[in-house]
Amino acid sequence: MSGGIVQEVLVRNGLLTAFAAVGLTMAFSYWASERLTRGRIHGSAIAILIGLACAAWAGGRQGVADLPALTGFGLMGGAMLRDLAIVATAFGVRLEEFIRGGAAGAAALLTGLATAFIAGGAVAIAFGYTDAVSVTTIGAGAATYIVGPVTGAALGAGSEVIALSIAAGLVKAVSVMVLTPLLARHVGLDNPRSAMVFGGLMGTNSGVMAGLAGTDPKLVPYGAMTATFYTGLGCLLGPSLFHALAKALL
Amino acid sequence: MQILGTALLSLCVVTGLVVGRLAGAAFGLDSDLGGVGLAMILLILATDALRRRGLLTAATEGGVAFWGQIYVPIVVAMAASQNVRGALQGGWMAAFAGLAAVATAFLVMRLFGRGKDGP
Repeated sequence: MSGGIVQEVLVRNGLLTAFAAVGLTMAFSYWASERLTRGRIHGSAIAILIGLACAAWAGGRQGVADLPALTGFGLMGGAMLRDLAIVATAFGVRLEEFIRGGAAGAAALLTGLATAFIAGGAVAIAFGYTDAVSVTTIGAGAATYIVGPVTGAALGAGSEVIALSIAAGLVKAVSVMVLTPLLARHVGLDNPRSAMVFGGLMGTNSGVMAGLAGTDPKLVPYGAMTATFYTGLGCLLGPSLFHALAKALL
Repeated sequence: MQILGTALLSLCVVTGLVVGRLAGAAFGLDSDLGGVGLAMILLILATDALRRRGLLTAATEGGVAFWGQIYVPIVVAMAASQNVRGALQGGWMAAFAGLAAVATAFLVMRLFGRGKDGP
């Protein structure tokens, strides 16, 4: 009886439940960062890992947001508040810094898309796919989990191939979140300009944003600036240029 | 007033997203093309213009800055609402395709850094 009432209040105030749950997770993560890793692993990286682990444990298409009491996670971590917060991180950034990194960021965007399509397409070929449509769609999934299905739908790929492309994009997003804080130092990811290059090369919005947040939150607006062009550009080039190239080569 | 800062921020985001969708539509896409990036530039230009006219009070700034500071928790909520099980169940090919793209990008990142700025 009382359990039902608790559940009902939590569900009705989903966003507040999410604020409280994330706040407690953050507090624990910063404590663990300082006490257990002596600050070597950033508290936000630990919090993001805990979030991913909970999502895997909950198992829904929307992670923990599929549990009735935690639907508020879907709103708190959804596109609307995410975009609001990411734009707000640009407050205080000088426009010249974006302009200075702009050319390198644009070059990184094209390089990042091309390498994702090639790497993903090569894996598809290695696993026995030989038609240009499937290879392009899986390559597109290796760009982001949005570019994959958009490209696949435009080219008329089979639903199994589209599902694989989404899974490839999800693997990419999750691994960028986890690996970026660990590898940042080794790839020179420690200044605004390299963050813009990083955003363009990786492109996966959620991966870049969470990866940089776990590395150095000051770098977030720079990576986000270039990553925001990646999915749109990928949806543009996937069904056109990259499909034409795959058709010519296969 | 704090709400003025949050209103300005929201206005920039909504404007950026509308223009981003229109830019996408111009290329026949049902997706956004750089909307968030444009919104960031709008916010920088708008707050700069207000500051120079002395119209950006500390309270107004607070209404923008709060959302930037709440960014990491929002990303944690986003991580917790990812389809992680879907990523794990995609099989070896999906895992290899995703990881190959990430590994290549980190390698290129290393080359980019070396080429431009030196060691």
